[in-house]
Amino acid sequence: MQRGGFRTIGARIVHVSVLVVFTILLAFPFYWMVIATFKQNIDLYTVENNPFTFNAKPTLDHLRLLFGETQFVRWLGNTALVGALVVVITLLLAVPAAYALARLTGRWGQHLGIGIFLTYLIPPTLLFIPLSRVVALLGLQDTIWSVVLVYPSMTIPFSIWLLMGFFKSIPKELEDAAMVDGLTRFGAFIRMVVPISVSGILTVVIFSFTLVTQEFVYALTFISPESNQMVGVGIPIFLVRGDVYFWGSLMAACLITSVPIALLYNLFLDRFIAGFTVGAVK
Amino acid sequence: MSNRQLGAVMFAPAVLFIILLIGFPFVLAVLYAFSDARIGSTGFHLVGLENFRSILQSPSFRKALQNSIVFTVCAQAIVIVCSTILSMALEKPFRVRGLVRLLILLPWVAPVSLGTIGWKWILDSIYSVITWVLIWLHFYKPYSAPMWLGEPHLAMASVILVHCWRLIPFSTVIMLAGRSAIPKEIPEAASIDGAGFWRTLFHITIPMMTPIISVALLFGIVFTFTDMTVVYILTAGGPFDSTQTLPSLAFATGVQGSDLAAGAAISLFLVPVLVAVAYFMLRVAHRAEVV
Repeated sequence: MQRGGFRTIGARIVHVSVLVVFTILLAFPFYWMVIATFKQNIDLYTVENNPFTFNAKPTLDHLRLLFGETQFVRWLGNTALVGALVVVITLLLAVPAAYALARLTGRWGQHLGIGIFLTYLIPPTLLFIPLSRVVALLGLQDTIWSVVLVYPSMTIPFSIWLLMGFFKSIPKELEDAAMVDGLTRFGAFIRMVVPISVSGILTVVIFSFTLVTQEFVYALTFISPESNQMVGVGIPIFLVRGDVYFWGSLMAACLITSVPIALLYNLFLDRFIAGFTVGAVK
Repeated sequence: MSNRQLGAVMFAPAVLFIILLIGFPFVLAVLYAFSDARIGSTGFHLVGLENFRSILQSPSFRKALQNSIVFTVCAQAIVIVCSTILSMALEKPFRVRGLVRLLILLPWVAPVSLGTIGWKWILDSIYSVITWVLIWLHFYKPYSAPMWLGEPHLAMASVILVHCWRLIPFSTVIMLAGRSAIPKEIPEAASIDGAGFWRTLFHITIPMMTPIISVALLFGIVFTFTDMTVVYILTAGGPFDSTQTLPSLAFATGVQGSDLAAGAAISLFLVPVLVAVAYFMLRVAHRAEVV
Protein backbone atom coordinates (compact mmCIF):
# COMPACT_ATOMS: atom_id res chain seq x y z
CA MET A 1 0.00 0.00 0.00
CA GLN A 2 3.03 2.27 0.08
CA ARG A 3 3.20 2.14 -3.72
CA GLY A 4 2.14 5.71 -4.41
CA GLY A 5 -0.71 8.11 -3.93
CA PHE A 6 -3.42 6.49 -5.99
CA ARG A 7 -3.48 3.23 -4.04
CA THR A 8 -3.24 5.04 -0.73
CA ILE A 9 -6.29 7.15 -1.55
CA GLY A 10 -8.16 4.03 -2.70
CA ALA A 11 -7.27 2.25 0.52
CA ARG A 12 -8.44 5.23 2.56
CA ILE A 13 -11.77 5.34 0.77
CA VAL A 14 -12.29 1.61 1.41
CA HIS A 15 -11.26 2.05 5.05
CA VAL A 16 -13.63 4.95 5.68
CA SER A 17 -16.56 3.36 3.85
CA VAL A 18 -16.20 0.08 5.78
CA LEU A 19 -16.30 2.03 9.04
CA VAL A 20 -19.22 4.23 7.98
CA VAL A 21 -21.35 1.35 6.66
CA PHE A 22 -20.81 -0.85 9.73
CA THR A 23 -21.34 2.00 12.18
CA ILE A 24 -24.63 2.94 10.52
CA LEU A 25 -25.89 -0.65 10.34
CA LEU A 26 -24.96 -1.46 13.92
CA ALA A 27 -26.07 1.77 15.60
CA PHE A 28 -29.20 2.34 13.49
CA PRO A 29 -31.73 0.64 15.83
CA PHE A 30 -30.65 2.97 18.64
CA TYR A 31 -30.97 6.04 16.44
CA TRP A 32 -34.41 4.73 15.53
CA MET A 33 -35.33 4.46 19.23
CA VAL A 34 -34.43 8.13 19.70
CA ILE A 35 -36.65 9.18 16.78
CA ALA A 36 -39.63 7.10 17.95
CA THR A 37 -39.30 8.34 21.52
CA PHE A 38 -40.07 11.93 20.54
CA LYS A 39 -42.55 11.46 17.69
CA GLN A 40 -46.26 12.08 18.10
CA ASN A 41 -48.44 9.03 17.48
CA ILE A 42 -50.10 10.67 14.50
CA ASP A 43 -46.66 11.09 12.92
CA LEU A 44 -45.51 7.58 13.91
CA TYR A 45 -48.58 5.86 12.53
CA THR A 46 -49.03 7.60 9.18
CA VAL A 47 -47.57 5.33 6.53
CA GLU A 48 -47.02 8.10 3.97
CA ASN A 49 -44.91 10.26 6.32
CA ASN A 50 -41.17 10.30 5.79
CA PRO A 51 -40.09 8.28 8.86
CA PHE A 52 -36.66 9.94 9.06
CA THR A 53 -37.93 13.42 9.94
CA PHE A 54 -40.44 14.95 12.33
CA ASN A 55 -43.63 15.60 10.37
CA ALA A 56 -45.35 16.92 13.49
CA LYS A 57 -43.87 18.70 16.50
CA PRO A 58 -41.71 16.51 18.79
CA THR A 59 -43.49 15.42 21.97
CA LEU A 60 -42.76 14.19 25.48
CA ASP A 61 -46.04 12.24 25.67
CA HIS A 62 -44.37 8.83 25.38
CA LEU A 63 -42.04 9.59 28.27
CA ARG A 64 -44.97 10.88 30.34
CA LEU A 65 -46.88 7.66 29.66
CA LEU A 66 -43.84 5.55 30.44
CA PHE A 67 -43.07 7.18 33.77
CA GLY A 68 -46.64 8.03 34.79
CA GLU A 69 -48.79 5.12 33.76
CA THR A 70 -46.58 2.04 33.54
CA GLN A 71 -44.53 0.10 36.06
CA PHE A 72 -41.28 1.01 34.30
CA VAL A 73 -39.75 2.77 37.31
CA ARG A 74 -40.63 -0.18 39.50
CA TRP A 75 -38.92 -2.57 37.08
CA LEU A 76 -35.81 -0.39 37.15
CA GLY A 77 -35.90 -0.57 40.94
CA ASN A 78 -36.33 -4.36 40.94
CA THR A 79 -33.43 -4.71 38.54
CA ALA A 80 -31.15 -2.44 40.58
CA LEU A 81 -31.96 -4.34 43.79
CA VAL A 82 -31.40 -7.76 42.20
CA GLY A 83 -28.21 -6.46 40.56
CA ALA A 84 -26.83 -5.23 43.89
CA LEU A 85 -27.64 -8.49 45.70
CA VAL A 86 -26.18 -10.63 42.92
CA VAL A 87 -23.00 -8.53 42.97
CA VAL A 88 -22.63 -9.08 46.74
CA ILE A 89 -23.21 -12.84 46.48
CA THR A 90 -20.84 -13.11 43.53
CA LEU A 91 -18.05 -11.26 45.34
CA LEU A 92 -18.45 -13.25 48.56
CA LEU A 93 -18.14 -16.55 46.73
CA ALA A 94 -15.88 -15.74 43.77
CA VAL A 95 -13.12 -13.65 45.38
CA PRO A 96 -11.96 -16.27 47.91
CA ALA A 97 -12.40 -19.09 45.39
CA ALA A 98 -10.32 -17.28 42.77
CA TYR A 99 -7.56 -16.58 45.29
CA ALA A 100 -7.54 -20.23 46.36
CA LEU A 101 -7.22 -21.37 42.74
CA ALA A 102 -4.53 -18.82 41.90
CA ARG A 103 -2.31 -19.38 44.96
CA LEU A 104 -3.19 -22.25 47.23
CA THR A 105 -4.25 -25.26 45.25
CA GLY A 106 -1.21 -25.71 43.04
CA ARG A 107 -1.33 -27.52 39.71
CA TRP A 108 -4.86 -28.83 39.84
CA GLY A 109 -6.06 -25.30 40.57
CA GLN A 110 -5.30 -24.37 36.95
CA HIS A 111 -7.31 -27.29 35.57
CA LEU A 112 -10.17 -26.65 37.97
CA GLY A 113 -10.12 -23.00 36.88
CA ILE A 114 -10.63 -23.94 33.24
CA GLY A 115 -13.36 -26.39 34.31
CA ILE A 116 -15.16 -23.60 36.13
CA PHE A 117 -14.73 -21.30 33.14
CA LEU A 118 -16.45 -23.91 30.97
CA THR A 119 -19.54 -23.90 33.18
CA TYR A 120 -19.99 -20.31 31.98
CA LEU A 121 -20.89 -21.82 28.61
CA ILE A 122 -23.92 -23.65 30.05
CA PRO A 123 -26.92 -21.63 28.83
CA PRO A 124 -30.14 -20.80 30.72
CA THR A 125 -32.08 -22.59 27.99
CA LEU A 126 -30.59 -25.91 29.14
CA LEU A 127 -31.50 -25.53 32.82
CA PHE A 128 -34.62 -23.35 32.92
CA ILE A 129 -37.06 -26.27 33.09
CA PRO A 130 -35.58 -28.07 36.13
CA LEU A 131 -34.71 -24.74 37.80
CA SER A 132 -38.31 -23.57 37.46
CA ARG A 133 -39.30 -26.61 39.58
CA VAL A 134 -36.54 -25.93 42.11
CA VAL A 135 -37.67 -22.31 42.38
CA ALA A 136 -41.30 -23.38 42.80
CA LEU A 137 -40.41 -25.94 45.50
CA LEU A 138 -38.49 -23.27 47.44
CA GLY A 139 -41.56 -21.01 47.25
CA LEU A 140 -39.66 -18.33 45.32
CA GLN A 141 -41.78 -18.40 42.18
CA ASP A 142 -43.06 -15.00 40.99
CA THR A 143 -40.70 -13.11 43.31
CA ILE A 144 -37.40 -11.39 42.53
CA TRP A 145 -35.73 -13.76 45.03
CA SER A 146 -35.90 -16.50 42.39
CA VAL A 147 -33.45 -14.63 40.18
CA VAL A 148 -31.37 -13.44 43.13
CA LEU A 149 -30.78 -17.14 43.84
CA VAL A 150 -30.15 -18.27 40.26
CA TYR A 151 -28.18 -15.42 38.65
CA PRO A 152 -24.99 -15.95 40.69
CA SER A 153 -24.71 -19.35 39.00
CA MET A 154 -24.12 -17.37 35.79
CA THR A 155 -21.85 -14.68 37.24
CA ILE A 156 -19.63 -16.73 39.58
CA PRO A 157 -17.85 -18.96 37.02
CA PHE A 158 -16.68 -16.12 34.77
CA SER A 159 -15.86 -13.91 37.78
CA ILE A 160 -13.63 -16.62 39.29
CA TRP A 161 -11.89 -16.91 35.93
CA LEU A 162 -11.31 -13.14 35.63
CA LEU A 163 -10.09 -12.78 39.23
CA MET A 164 -7.80 -15.80 38.96
CA GLY A 165 -5.88 -14.07 36.19
CA PHE A 166 -5.81 -10.91 38.24
CA PHE A 167 -4.47 -12.52 41.44
CA LYS A 168 -1.80 -14.39 39.52
CA SER A 169 -0.38 -11.10 38.27
CA ILE A 170 0.24 -9.91 41.86
CA PRO A 171 3.81 -10.63 43.02
CA LYS A 172 3.93 -13.46 45.59
CA GLU A 173 6.55 -11.56 47.60
CA LEU A 174 3.87 -9.15 48.77
CA GLU A 175 2.04 -11.81 50.78
CA ASP A 176 5.32 -13.43 51.89
CA ALA A 177 6.43 -10.11 53.35
CA ALA A 178 3.10 -9.62 55.09
CA MET A 179 3.32 -13.11 56.57
CA VAL A 180 6.85 -12.50 57.83
CA ASP A 181 5.37 -9.45 59.57
CA GLY A 182 3.07 -11.80 61.47
CA LEU A 183 -0.12 -11.95 59.39
CA THR A 184 -1.69 -15.32 58.64
CA ARG A 185 -2.15 -16.36 55.03
CA PHE A 186 -5.84 -15.45 55.22
CA GLY A 187 -4.97 -12.16 56.94
CA ALA A 188 -2.52 -11.34 54.14
CA PHE A 189 -5.25 -12.09 51.60
CA ILE A 190 -7.75 -9.77 53.30
CA ARG A 191 -5.40 -6.94 54.24
CA MET A 192 -2.90 -6.96 51.37
CA VAL A 193 -4.31 -8.71 48.30
CA VAL A 194 -7.93 -7.53 48.34
CA PRO A 195 -7.12 -3.80 48.68
CA ILE A 196 -4.72 -3.78 45.73
CA SER A 197 -7.17 -5.81 43.62
CA VAL A 198 -9.83 -3.10 43.61
CA SER A 199 -9.80 -2.69 39.83
CA GLY A 200 -10.16 -6.45 39.28
CA ILE A 201 -13.00 -6.58 41.79
CA LEU A 202 -14.67 -3.59 40.12
CA THR A 203 -14.52 -5.43 36.80
CA VAL A 204 -16.41 -8.33 38.37
CA VAL A 205 -18.95 -5.92 39.89
CA ILE A 206 -19.71 -4.35 36.49
CA PHE A 207 -19.75 -7.72 34.73
CA SER A 208 -22.22 -9.20 37.22
CA PHE A 209 -24.45 -6.15 37.32
CA THR A 210 -24.71 -5.82 33.54
CA LEU A 211 -25.35 -9.55 33.17
CA VAL A 212 -28.31 -9.17 35.54
CA THR A 213 -29.74 -6.36 33.40
CA GLN A 214 -29.23 -8.34 30.20
CA GLU A 215 -30.68 -11.69 31.23
CA PHE A 216 -34.06 -12.59 29.78
CA VAL A 217 -34.80 -16.32 29.88
CA TYR A 218 -34.75 -17.03 33.63
CA ALA A 219 -36.66 -13.85 34.48
CA LEU A 220 -39.31 -14.71 31.88
CA THR A 221 -39.63 -18.26 33.18
CA PHE A 222 -39.70 -17.62 36.93
CA ILE A 223 -41.62 -14.36 37.33
CA SER A 224 -45.09 -13.63 35.99
CA PRO A 225 -46.71 -10.73 37.96
CA GLU A 226 -46.23 -7.40 36.20
CA SER A 227 -45.04 -5.51 39.27
CA ASN A 228 -42.24 -7.99 40.07
CA GLN A 229 -40.65 -7.91 36.63
CA MET A 230 -37.05 -7.24 35.76
CA VAL A 231 -36.59 -4.45 33.25
CA GLY A 232 -35.39 -6.71 30.42
CA VAL A 233 -38.63 -8.72 30.51
CA GLY A 234 -41.02 -5.98 31.63
CA ILE A 235 -40.38 -3.74 28.63
CA PRO A 236 -40.79 -6.24 25.79
CA ILE A 237 -43.62 -8.26 27.39
CA PHE A 238 -45.63 -5.88 29.57
CA LEU A 239 -45.54 -2.63 27.60
CA VAL A 240 -47.68 -4.48 25.06
CA ARG A 241 -51.41 -4.44 25.92
CA GLY A 242 -53.10 -7.34 24.21
CA ASP A 243 -51.92 -6.87 20.66
CA VAL A 244 -51.33 -3.13 20.91
CA TYR A 245 -47.71 -2.03 20.94
CA PHE A 246 -47.04 1.42 22.42
CA TRP A 247 -44.05 1.90 20.18
CA GLY A 248 -43.15 5.40 21.36
CA SER A 249 -42.97 4.43 25.04
CA LEU A 250 -41.43 1.07 24.22
CA MET A 251 -38.55 2.65 22.32
CA ALA A 252 -38.11 5.29 25.03
CA ALA A 253 -37.85 2.56 27.66
CA CYS A 254 -35.32 0.61 25.57
CA LEU A 255 -33.21 3.69 25.08
CA ILE A 256 -33.26 4.89 28.68
CA THR A 257 -32.29 1.43 29.93
CA SER A 258 -29.75 0.48 27.27
CA VAL A 259 -27.56 3.56 27.10
CA PRO A 260 -26.31 3.67 30.72
CA ILE A 261 -25.69 -0.09 30.70
CA ALA A 262 -23.85 0.18 27.39
CA LEU A 263 -21.63 3.02 28.66
CA LEU A 264 -20.81 1.13 31.85
CA TYR A 265 -20.01 -2.09 29.98
CA ASN A 266 -17.91 -0.25 27.44
CA LEU A 267 -15.63 1.14 30.16
CA PHE A 268 -14.62 -2.35 31.26
CA LEU A 269 -14.89 -4.11 27.94
CA ASP A 270 -11.18 -4.70 27.39
CA ARG A 271 -10.92 -6.61 30.66
CA PHE A 272 -13.93 -8.80 29.88
CA ILE A 273 -12.43 -9.56 26.50
CA ALA A 274 -9.14 -10.54 28.09
CA GLY A 275 -11.16 -13.08 30.09
CA PHE A 276 -13.06 -14.34 27.04
CA THR A 277 -9.94 -15.08 25.04
CA VAL A 278 -8.96 -17.95 27.40
CA GLY A 279 -5.28 -17.15 27.04
CA ALA A 280 -5.37 -17.46 23.23
CA VAL A 281 -3.93 -13.95 23.27
CA LYS A 282 -0.89 -13.25 25.39
CA MET B 1 -3.95 -24.65 58.72
CA SER B 2 -1.98 -25.66 55.64
CA ASN B 3 -2.25 -23.85 52.35
CA ARG B 4 -4.17 -26.74 50.83
CA GLN B 5 -6.71 -26.83 53.63
CA LEU B 6 -7.19 -23.06 53.53
CA GLY B 7 -7.54 -23.27 49.75
CA ALA B 8 -10.23 -25.91 50.06
CA VAL B 9 -12.14 -23.84 52.63
CA MET B 10 -12.01 -20.69 50.49
CA PHE B 11 -12.93 -22.60 47.39
CA ALA B 12 -15.71 -24.83 48.75
CA PRO B 13 -18.64 -22.34 48.99
CA ALA B 14 -18.39 -21.36 45.31
CA VAL B 15 -18.11 -24.96 44.16
CA LEU B 16 -21.02 -26.00 46.35
CA PHE B 17 -23.12 -23.19 44.88
CA ILE B 18 -22.22 -24.21 41.33
CA ILE B 19 -23.00 -27.87 42.03
CA LEU B 20 -26.37 -27.00 43.58
CA LEU B 21 -27.47 -24.57 40.87
CA ILE B 22 -25.85 -26.01 37.74
CA GLY B 23 -24.92 -29.65 38.44
CA PHE B 24 -28.08 -30.66 40.30
CA PRO B 25 -30.52 -29.02 37.81
CA PHE B 26 -28.64 -30.66 34.98
CA VAL B 27 -29.12 -34.10 36.56
CA LEU B 28 -32.78 -33.20 37.11
CA ALA B 29 -33.12 -32.23 33.43
CA VAL B 30 -31.78 -35.62 32.38
CA LEU B 31 -34.10 -37.34 34.85
CA TYR B 32 -37.12 -35.39 33.56
CA ALA B 33 -36.25 -36.23 29.98
CA PHE B 34 -36.62 -39.94 30.77
CA SER B 35 -39.83 -39.48 32.79
CA ASP B 36 -43.45 -38.39 32.45
CA ALA B 37 -43.11 -35.29 34.67
CA ARG B 38 -45.66 -32.49 34.18
CA ILE B 39 -46.31 -29.23 36.00
CA GLY B 40 -49.14 -29.87 38.45
CA SER B 41 -48.58 -33.56 39.12
CA THR B 42 -46.24 -34.25 42.02
CA GLY B 43 -44.73 -37.68 41.37
CA PHE B 44 -43.26 -38.94 38.15
CA HIS B 45 -42.27 -42.27 36.65
CA LEU B 46 -39.35 -43.15 34.44
CA VAL B 47 -40.53 -44.01 30.96
CA GLY B 48 -37.22 -44.74 29.24
CA LEU B 49 -36.76 -43.31 25.76
CA GLU B 50 -40.48 -42.62 25.27
CA ASN B 51 -40.06 -38.81 25.19
CA PHE B 52 -37.21 -38.96 22.72
CA ARG B 53 -39.18 -41.32 20.50
CA SER B 54 -42.19 -39.00 20.42
CA ILE B 55 -40.28 -35.73 19.93
CA LEU B 56 -38.16 -37.22 17.14
CA GLN B 57 -41.40 -38.01 15.33
CA SER B 58 -42.87 -34.53 15.80
CA PRO B 59 -42.54 -32.22 12.77
CA SER B 60 -42.17 -29.18 15.07
CA PHE B 61 -39.09 -30.69 16.66
CA ARG B 62 -37.46 -31.58 13.35
CA LYS B 63 -38.13 -28.09 12.08
CA ALA B 64 -36.70 -26.59 15.29
CA LEU B 65 -33.55 -28.71 15.10
CA GLN B 66 -33.06 -27.82 11.46
CA ASN B 67 -33.65 -24.10 12.15
CA SER B 68 -31.23 -24.05 15.08
CA ILE B 69 -28.50 -25.45 12.84
CA VAL B 70 -29.34 -23.19 9.88
CA PHE B 71 -29.49 -20.06 12.06
CA THR B 72 -26.20 -20.86 13.77
CA VAL B 73 -24.27 -21.73 10.61
CA CYS B 74 -25.58 -18.79 8.56
CA ALA B 75 -25.19 -16.25 11.35
CA GLN B 76 -21.66 -17.38 12.26
CA ALA B 77 -20.50 -17.41 8.63
CA ILE B 78 -21.65 -13.82 8.21
CA VAL B 79 -20.36 -12.76 11.62
CA ILE B 80 -16.84 -14.13 11.08
CA VAL B 81 -16.44 -12.50 7.66
CA CYS B 82 -17.86 -9.14 8.76
CA SER B 83 -15.95 -8.99 12.03
CA THR B 84 -12.66 -9.88 10.32
CA ILE B 85 -13.18 -6.95 7.95
CA LEU B 86 -14.37 -4.62 10.69
CA SER B 87 -11.51 -5.50 13.04
CA MET B 88 -9.02 -4.67 10.26
CA ALA B 89 -10.69 -1.30 9.76
CA LEU B 90 -10.67 -0.52 13.48
CA GLU B 91 -7.09 -1.56 14.15
CA LYS B 92 -5.23 1.59 13.13
CA PRO B 93 -5.86 4.62 15.33
CA PHE B 94 -7.93 7.43 13.82
CA ARG B 95 -9.50 10.59 15.15
CA VAL B 96 -12.94 9.50 16.34
CA ARG B 97 -12.04 5.86 17.05
CA GLY B 98 -13.37 5.85 20.62
CA LEU B 99 -16.79 7.10 19.53
CA VAL B 100 -16.96 4.76 16.54
CA ARG B 101 -16.03 1.85 18.79
CA LEU B 102 -18.81 2.70 21.25
CA LEU B 103 -21.40 3.00 18.46
CA ILE B 104 -20.29 -0.28 16.93
CA LEU B 105 -20.42 -2.01 20.31
CA LEU B 106 -23.93 -0.85 21.26
CA PRO B 107 -25.71 -3.97 19.95
CA TRP B 108 -23.57 -6.23 22.14
CA VAL B 109 -23.49 -4.15 25.32
CA ALA B 110 -27.18 -3.18 25.39
CA PRO B 111 -29.61 -5.78 26.80
CA VAL B 112 -30.47 -8.21 24.01
CA SER B 113 -34.22 -8.23 24.66
CA LEU B 114 -34.32 -4.44 24.24
CA GLY B 115 -32.24 -4.35 21.06
CA THR B 116 -34.48 -7.05 19.62
CA ILE B 117 -37.66 -5.11 20.37
CA GLY B 118 -36.05 -2.18 18.52
CA TRP B 119 -35.73 -4.49 15.50
CA LYS B 120 -39.33 -5.56 15.91
CA TRP B 121 -40.31 -1.94 15.32
CA ILE B 122 -37.93 -1.61 12.36
CA LEU B 123 -39.45 -4.79 10.85
CA ASP B 124 -43.06 -3.88 11.69
CA SER B 125 -45.67 -5.17 9.25
CA ILE B 126 -47.07 -1.69 8.46
CA TYR B 127 -44.68 0.98 9.70
CA SER B 128 -41.35 -0.65 8.86
CA VAL B 129 -38.72 1.89 7.84
CA ILE B 130 -37.17 -0.68 5.51
CA THR B 131 -40.48 -1.08 3.71
CA TRP B 132 -40.80 2.71 3.47
CA VAL B 133 -37.37 3.03 1.87
CA LEU B 134 -38.07 0.19 -0.59
CA ILE B 135 -41.36 1.80 -1.63
CA TRP B 136 -39.64 5.18 -1.94
CA LEU B 137 -37.07 3.54 -4.24
CA HIS B 138 -39.97 2.00 -6.21
CA PHE B 139 -38.99 -1.60 -5.48
CA TYR B 140 -42.49 -2.25 -4.17
CA LYS B 141 -45.89 -0.65 -4.51
CA PRO B 142 -47.58 0.46 -1.28
CA TYR B 143 -49.77 -2.31 0.23
CA SER B 144 -47.90 -5.07 -1.61
CA ALA B 145 -44.78 -4.68 0.50
CA PRO B 146 -43.21 -7.73 2.20
CA MET B 147 -44.21 -8.71 5.75
CA TRP B 148 -40.74 -9.16 7.25
CA LEU B 149 -41.85 -11.26 10.21
CA GLY B 150 -44.98 -12.72 8.64
CA GLU B 151 -43.55 -14.80 5.80
CA PRO B 152 -41.50 -17.92 6.66
CA HIS B 153 -38.34 -17.18 4.66
CA LEU B 154 -38.27 -13.49 5.46
CA ALA B 155 -38.85 -14.26 9.14
CA MET B 156 -35.90 -16.69 9.12
CA ALA B 157 -33.73 -14.09 7.41
CA SER B 158 -34.81 -11.50 10.00
CA VAL B 159 -33.82 -13.76 12.90
CA ILE B 160 -30.42 -14.39 11.30
CA LEU B 161 -29.98 -10.67 10.69
CA VAL B 162 -30.63 -9.80 14.33
CA HIS B 163 -28.24 -12.52 15.53
CA CYS B 164 -25.54 -11.12 13.22
CA TRP B 165 -26.25 -7.58 14.34
CA ARG B 166 -25.80 -8.60 17.97
CA LEU B 167 -22.72 -10.80 17.58
CA ILE B 168 -20.61 -8.85 15.05
CA PRO B 169 -19.51 -6.36 17.75
CA PHE B 170 -18.55 -9.12 20.19
CA SER B 171 -16.62 -11.03 17.56
CA THR B 172 -14.94 -7.85 16.37
CA VAL B 173 -13.54 -6.89 19.77
CA ILE B 174 -12.26 -10.43 20.33
CA MET B 175 -10.48 -10.29 16.98
CA LEU B 176 -9.11 -6.82 17.73
CA ALA B 177 -7.54 -8.28 20.87
CA GLY B 178 -6.07 -11.05 18.71
CA ARG B 179 -4.72 -8.70 16.05
CA SER B 180 -2.99 -6.51 18.59
CA ALA B 181 -1.01 -9.59 19.67
CA ILE B 182 0.47 -10.19 16.19
CA PRO B 183 3.94 -8.64 16.03
CA LYS B 184 3.81 -5.76 13.53
CA GLU B 185 7.17 -6.76 12.02
CA ILE B 186 5.87 -9.94 10.43
CA PRO B 187 3.28 -8.48 8.01
CA GLU B 188 5.67 -5.58 7.34
CA ALA B 189 8.51 -7.93 6.46
CA ALA B 190 6.18 -9.86 4.17
CA SER B 191 5.17 -6.70 2.37
CA ILE B 192 8.80 -5.66 1.91
CA ASP B 193 9.47 -9.12 0.45
CA GLY B 194 6.84 -8.28 -2.16
CA ALA B 195 3.77 -10.04 -0.78
CA GLY B 196 0.64 -8.05 -1.70
CA PHE B 197 -2.27 -7.21 0.58
CA TRP B 198 -4.27 -10.37 -0.17
CA ARG B 199 -1.29 -12.71 0.10
CA THR B 200 -0.29 -11.19 3.42
CA LEU B 201 -3.90 -11.52 4.58
CA PHE B 202 -4.41 -15.17 3.61
CA HIS B 203 -0.91 -16.53 4.21
CA ILE B 204 0.14 -14.62 7.30
CA THR B 205 -2.53 -12.64 9.12
CA ILE B 206 -5.40 -15.14 9.02
CA PRO B 207 -3.25 -18.19 9.91
CA MET B 208 -1.76 -16.28 12.84
CA MET B 209 -5.23 -15.33 13.97
CA THR B 210 -6.68 -18.86 13.84
CA PRO B 211 -6.73 -19.34 17.64
CA ILE B 212 -8.53 -16.05 18.23
CA ILE B 213 -10.95 -16.59 15.35
CA SER B 214 -11.80 -19.98 16.84
CA VAL B 215 -12.49 -18.41 20.24
CA ALA B 216 -14.85 -15.87 18.63
CA LEU B 217 -16.50 -18.64 16.63
CA LEU B 218 -16.93 -20.99 19.61
CA PHE B 219 -18.58 -18.30 21.75
CA GLY B 220 -20.68 -17.24 18.76
CA ILE B 221 -21.92 -20.79 18.23
CA VAL B 222 -23.00 -21.08 21.87
CA PHE B 223 -24.65 -17.65 21.88
CA THR B 224 -26.66 -18.36 18.70
CA PHE B 225 -27.46 -22.04 19.11
CA THR B 226 -28.72 -21.74 22.68
CA ASP B 227 -30.41 -18.35 22.34
CA MET B 228 -34.13 -18.02 22.82
CA THR B 229 -34.53 -14.28 23.38
CA VAL B 230 -34.22 -13.11 19.76
CA VAL B 231 -36.67 -15.67 18.37
CA TYR B 232 -39.11 -15.35 21.25
CA ILE B 233 -39.41 -11.57 20.96
CA LEU B 234 -39.19 -11.27 17.19
CA THR B 235 -41.50 -14.06 16.02
CA ALA B 236 -42.30 -16.34 19.00
CA GLY B 237 -41.33 -19.20 16.67
CA GLY B 238 -43.89 -18.24 14.02
CA PRO B 239 -45.23 -18.04 11.42
CA PHE B 240 -46.25 -21.75 11.63
CA ASP B 241 -43.11 -22.89 13.50
CA SER B 242 -40.98 -21.58 10.62
CA THR B 243 -38.53 -19.84 13.00
CA GLN B 244 -38.91 -22.22 15.96
CA THR B 245 -35.55 -23.23 17.46
CA LEU B 246 -34.69 -25.89 20.05
CA PRO B 247 -34.64 -23.44 22.99
CA SER B 248 -37.87 -21.69 21.98
CA LEU B 249 -39.61 -25.03 21.40
CA ALA B 250 -38.37 -26.27 24.79
CA PHE B 251 -39.86 -23.15 26.38
CA ALA B 252 -43.17 -23.51 24.54
CA THR B 253 -43.39 -27.19 25.47
CA GLY B 254 -41.91 -27.35 28.94
CA VAL B 255 -42.90 -24.00 30.47
CA GLN B 256 -45.93 -22.72 28.58
CA GLY B 257 -47.25 -26.21 27.77
CA SER B 258 -46.49 -27.70 31.24
CA ASP B 259 -44.87 -30.78 29.69
CA LEU B 260 -41.64 -30.78 31.71
CA ALA B 261 -40.52 -34.14 30.37
CA ALA B 262 -40.74 -33.30 26.68
CA GLY B 263 -39.32 -29.79 27.27
CA ALA B 264 -36.33 -31.20 29.13
CA ALA B 265 -35.76 -33.80 26.42
CA ILE B 266 -35.75 -31.07 23.75
CA SER B 267 -33.24 -28.91 25.61
CA LEU B 268 -30.91 -31.91 26.05
CA PHE B 269 -30.33 -31.74 22.31
CA LEU B 270 -28.24 -28.63 23.04
CA VAL B 271 -25.74 -30.74 24.99
CA PRO B 272 -23.78 -32.34 22.09
CA VAL B 273 -23.02 -28.90 20.66
CA LEU B 274 -21.98 -27.57 24.07
CA VAL B 275 -19.71 -30.56 24.65
CA ALA B 276 -18.07 -30.08 21.25
CA VAL B 277 -17.54 -26.37 21.93
CA ALA B 278 -16.09 -27.14 25.37
CA TYR B 279 -13.69 -29.66 23.81
CA PHE B 280 -12.37 -27.18 21.25
CA MET B 281 -12.20 -24.42 23.85
CA LEU B 282 -10.01 -26.69 26.00
CA ARG B 283 -7.74 -27.32 23.03
CA VAL B 284 -7.32 -23.57 22.47
CA ALA B 285 -6.63 -23.02 26.17
CA HIS B 286 -4.20 -25.93 26.27
CA ARG B 287 -2.28 -24.67 23.26
CA ALA B 288 -2.06 -21.22 24.85
CA GLU B 289 -0.58 -22.82 27.98
CA VAL B 290 2.07 -24.77 26.10
CA VAL B 291 3.27 -21.88 23.93
